[in-house]
Parts: sequence; C-alpha cells; structure tokens
Amino acid sequence: MKHLALAAGCLIAGHAAAQTSQTPPEELPVLNVYTYDSFTPDWGPGPAIAAAFEETCDCDVVFTPAGDGAALLSRLRLEGARSQADVVVGLDTSLMGAAKATGLFAETDVTADYDLPQTWTDTTFVPFDWGYFAFVGNEGADLPTSFRALADSDTSIVIQDPRSSTPGLGLLLWVKAAYGDEAPAIWDALSDNIVTVTPGWSEAYGMFLEGEADMVLSYTTSPAYHVIAEDDASKVAVPFEEGNYLQIEVAAKLAATDQPALADAFLQFLTGSEAQAILPTTNWMYPAVMPDEGLPPAFDQIVDPSKALLMSPDDAEAIRATALDEWRNALAR
Amino acid sequence: MAQRPGALTMGRALGRGAALGLLVLLGAPLAAIFLRAGGASLPGAADWAALRFTLTQAALSALVSVLLAIPVARALARRRFAGRRLLVSLTGAPFILPVIVAVMGLLAVFGTQGLVNRLLGPLGLGPYRIYGLHGVVIAHVFFNMPLATRMILQGWQAIPAERFRLAAQLDLPPRMIFRLLEAPMLRQVIPGALAAIFAICLASFAVALILGGGPRATTVELAIYQAFLFDFDLGRAAMLALMQTLLVAGAAMVALMVTRMEGSGAGLDRLLPRWDAPGGWRRSYDALCLCLATVFLLAPVLAVAAAGVTGMRDLPATIWPAMGNSVVVALASALTTTLLALALAAGQSRLIQGIGLLPLALSPLVLGTGYFLIVNPVMIPGRLALPVTVLVNTLMALPFCLRMLAPAYERVESDYGRLSDQLGLRGIARLRWLTLPRLAGPLGFTAGLAGALSMGDLGVITLFGSPGQETLPLLMFRLMGSYRSDAASAAGLILLLLSFGIFWVFDRGGRGRHA
Repeated sequence: MKHLALAAGCLIAGHAAAQTSQTPPEELPVLNVYTYDSFTPDWGPGPAIAAAFEETCDCDVVFTPAGDGAALLSRLRLEGARSQADVVVGLDTSLMGAAKATGLFAETDVTADYDLPQTWTDTTFVPFDWGYFAFVGNEGADLPTSFRALADSDTSIVIQDPRSSTPGLGLLLWVKAAYGDEAPAIWDALSDNIVTVTPGWSEAYGMFLEGEADMVLSYTTSPAYHVIAEDDASKVAVPFEEGNYLQIEVAAKLAATDQPALADAFLQFLTGSEAQAILPTTNWMYPAVMPDEGLPPAFDQIVDPSKALLMSPDDAEAIRATALDEWRNALAR
Repeated sequence: MAQRPGALTMGRALGRGAALGLLVLLGAPLAAIFLRAGGASLPGAADWAALRFTLTQAALSALVSVLLAIPVARALARRRFAGRRLLVSLTGAPFILPVIVAVMGLLAVFGTQGLVNRLLGPLGLGPYRIYGLHGVVIAHVFFNMPLATRMILQGWQAIPAERFRLAAQLDLPPRMIFRLLEAPMLRQVIPGALAAIFAICLASFAVALILGGGPRATTVELAIYQAFLFDFDLGRAAMLALMQTLLVAGAAMVALMVTRMEGSGAGLDRLLPRWDAPGGWRRSYDALCLCLATVFLLAPVLAVAAAGVTGMRDLPATIWPAMGNSVVVALASALTTTLLALALAAGQSRLIQGIGLLPLALSPLVLGTGYFLIVNPVMIPGRLALPVTVLVNTLMALPFCLRMLAPAYERVESDYGRLSDQLGLRGIARLRWLTLPRLAGPLGFTAGLAGALSMGDLGVITLFGSPGQETLPLLMFRLMGSYRSDAASAAGLILLLLSFGIFWVFDRGGRGRHA
C-alpha cells in the first residue's frame, strides 16, 4: 500500500508542476504557435526562432507540438474556433487544399523575396522552407536515377504509407505528377522493389540506416544532416530524371486569433534573414528566402529547379483519393 | 455462494459499479466523435479488406502465441533451477517494449542485415525475408508469448502442490497427470489468454504495416488512423472503431463462454519440489523449450540494449523531465489500473469480465480524440495531457491486468469463499485478511505490468501535445524524427530499463514467497 500512496503523491505533485509551468512569469502578450513535433526540441529551429522574435516583439512565444503536419491540421480542426493557436507553422503544399477549405485561416499581407523553385501567389499561407522529396542511398552504390530504372533494378527501397505520412503522400503525388495515367503501371513495376511501407518517416529512415533497404524516400537535404551534424559523407540523395517533387512548408495565421498583429509580425519575422538562417541546419530544409550569409556547401542544389514537380493544392486534394486507390491496388497484389 | 438470493455482497456491487464506470469511459468518447461527425459513414471496400486481414493475423497470432507458450509454461512450472525467477521476469520484457523499439529489435535479428541472415548466409541459405503475414505473426508472438506464458504459468501454479505430490506418490505417468490435473486447468486459462491476445493483435497498427510489407497488411487500426489524420472523416473513424469494439466483444464472449471456472481445491501454498516432474527425454525437452523461448524473446531485446549504449552521450537534457513525467504516469497508471481491475474482478461475473476486455478494441487514437472533444469546450485540452495519458494507459492496461487478476480472484473465492462466509468475514475485513494476502502475487504482477505498459506507450500524448509535457516514448519518437537515431536508441534503452525496473519492483514486491 505504501507504493500506492507514493504513486498518488507523485501524480498530484507532477500535475501541479505541469500546471504552474504553463503560466509565463510576466504579463506579456502570448503568441501561441502550433507546429509539428520536430520543430520544438532544443535541437530544432523553435527555441532559437522564439528567442530571436521575443527580442523584437515584447511578447512570449509558446510553441505547442502536435505530431506531424497532418496531425497538426487535425488538431486545429478538432479545436475549431476555440483553438488557442494564433499561428500554425508546418503545413505543406499537399495539405494546403484541405487546410484552406476549413476556413480556419486568415489572409495575411506578409511579403518576402522568395527563393522558391516556383512563384508563390497564395496570400493565406506563407512559405518558410522547402525541399525536394528524393530517394536517399549510400555513396558508391549503384543507385538508379528514375522510377523506371528503379523498377527495372534490384535496388530495394523502403517508403512511407501515403495514408499516414506526409512524405508518403508526397511520393504518391510525385508519381502521379510525373506519370499521370501511367502511375498504376509504375507502382506495379515498383512493387518488387519495395521492402516495406512504414507508418511514418522515422521508421523508414531508421530501417534504411540499419541496412534494411538500399534506398529510402526522404529529402534531397537529408545528406546535409549527416555531413554537418555527424561528419559523415556516405549518404547521397538522387535527382530523378522525371524531376523531384517539391514540398513547400507553410505557416499561417488563424482567423480566430486574439493577437492578429503579433501573428502577422511573427510570419514576417519567419521569412526574414535571421529566422531563415536558423532553419537550414535545424530543420534540414532549404530556406524560403536566402539568408544574408548564404548556405553551407552541404546544401548545394542537386535538382535542376526547372525539373521541380508540384501539383497545385486543389489538384493534389482532388487527385488524392484516386491516386491512393491506384497505389493500394498495385501494391496489394 | 452461500447468500440470500437478491443480496449483493460488497464485492459484487463494486464490480458492477466499476463495469458501469468503464462502459461510460469507453462509450463517452465514441459518442462524442459520432456527435461531432453528425453521423456515421459506412465502411468502404478497402475497409472490409482491412477487416479480413486484421482478423486473419490476429487469430493466427493468438493461436501461435498460446500454443508455443504451453510447453514453456509447463517447463517453468515443473522444473526448479537457479535463475528461474529471473528468467520468468526477463522473458516478460518484449511485452512491455514500446512498439517501434521492439520492431527495430526484431529487425536486428530477423531483418535483411539481421543475425538470422548473417548465420544463414555462410550456409548458402536464405536470404530469409521477414516481411509478410509470417512476419506479422512472428512479431505478435514475440510481443504476446510472454503474456500467454505468464497467464498459463499462473494457472499451473494455482494447482495445489499437494496434488502433484499425490500424483507422484501414486506414480502417475505424465499422460495421466496431464489428463487429471493439467488439462482441466488449461481449459480454464487458455480461452482467456486466446481472447486477450486476439484482441491485442486486432488493434495492431505499426507492427502489422511494417512487418506485413505493404498495403495488403492494412489493419482496421490503420484505416482509423487514416480517417482521422488524413481524411478527417470522424464518422468513418468512429464507425471503424465501433466495428473493432464489436469484434473484441464477440471474442471476449466466446472465450468466457467456453471457460469453465472451478477451484482445484485449496492447498497449503507450499512451493514444493515437483516430485512428479518426469526425467529422461522430457527433461531435455523442457530444457530445449526454455532455451529456444529465451533466445527468441531476449535476442531482440539485447539488440535494442546494445544499440542504445553508444548513443547515451548524445541524449538531450530534456531526457530528465521526460523520465520524470514517464515515471509519474507509469506509477499513477499502475495504481488506477490495479484498483479498477480489482474492483472488476470482485464482480465475479463473466459479463463484467467481458466488459473489462473491451478497452483493447478502442485505439488510443479514438479514445484520445473522444476525450479531446469532450474536454475542449470546457478547458484547454493540452493542460490535461498527462492525466488523460494516465486514463488512456489505464484503460489500455486494464484487460491484461484483469485477465491475470480475475481467475485468481475467482479461485480464492471458490476455494475459501464458503469458509469466509461462515466466519462472517465480509467487506473490508475480507479484503484485508483473505483477498489481498491471497492475491498479493497477481496484484504485484498486475501493478508492474500496468506501470511498465504505461511507461512504454506513446498513447495519446501526441494528440494532446503541449509545451513541456513530454514523456520518454515521445522524446524517443521526436529524436527519431530529427535524424538522431543514436540518441533515440539510447532513449529506448533507458525506457527499457525503467519499464523493466518498474515491472520488477512491483512483481517482486507482490510475489514474496511465490515463484
């Protein structure tokens, strides 16, 4: 029984501690930013960006992590207009269509001189970084450079499930954008190369690192992490002849925010040089606006921007169900 | 038992109350989702395919787990050797591993670059591929065989030692001992074990997908996940969740209907040498069973531990608060689960026990979303991240704990109930002098299991994610999600040690003189 009393005591103490840690010490206005999980840890971009913005805004920035991009949007939909969120950081171009349809987001007049492979016209969503999806493999291995070559080879790949992960959905749209009606045939040909399909990026990348497959679906910027953080140049991303699918990550202001001016200021700050310089080596993506000091050499572009593939948010949203059926039918056999 | 018809003992009233409470805790989130969705949408063709795969893999996994567990439990029950207790505890480790850690461990053994293939390669065999239905079954057996072994072992130990001594005196051959003593016990324990494992495997998601090798290995749980996060079709998610609940309810009913409850008669609780234990080839056979099970269950765990050692220095400072949160959540879940399971067991009704299995069917995602919707109008859900995690973990651990506790409780009542009734031992006094001392072993195990399961569960905390409330599994997942796989492995090792530590402390505390 002593154990039980102790456990109860711990719970109450822990809960009380959790409660008090929520309230900021001073009465500054609070900007609540919802984002995906890997944005907020000490090694992510969140803390540095929050600190830099707090120096200019006389406010407290509170990041709330909510799973991945898709979970983030679901969380906002569940909370609806009651959401605490003022700003959301971390949706992407394949979620934008669904996000816009919720009516939860407000237009903003933030402008910047974007360095994106495509011109940006949307006035609700503000791009803050971007990357290409790419297959990543080991340097020195014979790595195919197109979907057709991959399908014809013995190269094994591990991919993510488009029903539960953003990169998985990206790959689905990539094949659809490159091959259109031929997509089912491509999936059919790829099926014997696919070792397995994982629920999320982490599992797939972990399996690749353990040697379960020759290549993994990830980003063109993945090798930069290994070079810069681990001094390991053994990983390479492969540009595909069909072009690589683009992922642009976006932020937006919530329509129901009680801090609209602060939210706009934050979005403007996010596209500024200071924040943009933080992003590459913490979020491992290309900056949406080139920071003044440029980029480390590991971030050299490997994909010709003219070969960037991207469906418009509306097209992506419209084609998703069909593409998913094709994918499932081809791989379920 | 000896009581006036219509009169309710305190235990039974408690059981009914707890079952009712449980139904509310399970029903309310589902209702909240249906309400929010404004109705249900019917499952599509892909969902039915998912249902078929789910049923197949769950049935196979349950069958194989239990079949393999029987010889192992028998060997543990009738052999005495140094390190036996430690072995019993250690082989329980897979069950309390977080799913993703366990998958990585399994791949280190069965994967393309794994131990098995490295052994097969030089022999000119292989490569062996784990991906497919067989991989899903291997993984589920790895997870659930320890649970099955423990349930069945408990059944064996519930047969009074005096009976085995009598059998030895009568010089009964093993076949007769099986028929007279062991088979009736197995009939009592196995349906429950099958149902519990079937239900666990129904709700499998990541394991089934990763080791199943592609979309043909889609389970209902994955369909729920997709409906929630990508389609935001709450009606379909709730409908699928309801389908899963009905399946588990069906399995629970079948299991409880074929289970025959009867006491084996009371003994003196002495742990006697098993004089009846057969020698000769049967001794070698038992040794072989134990060796194979140990290697199968411990090799992946050791692989996980070894991978974690190198990453220790890469761990971020947030490991400390994460550990603190996880321990608090685990201890709180251990407490609430044990109390709830004891109350349900006191109900001594098959219906109540069936209800106790239901939480297995409701995915944490469904429960979490439901509670989120209920809490949202009243307060900021993120504030309740840890308490809701405790609640959901309690519900998730409850079925296992109840499967351990309920048969033990009924045995105590059927063996000593009449004597206690005659002595007028009721209420708190009965709990204190009869129930708690006789159930110390299962209670300790239950608390340990609930604590360890809760420690390793990623659960709903991602959904309720809020600043500064990070648990160890969540931290591990975030490390993995930021390329930091070494640090993630190290966090996995810490998680393994803490889970096992909690399990060990409670289990040791409860077992006392029992093995």
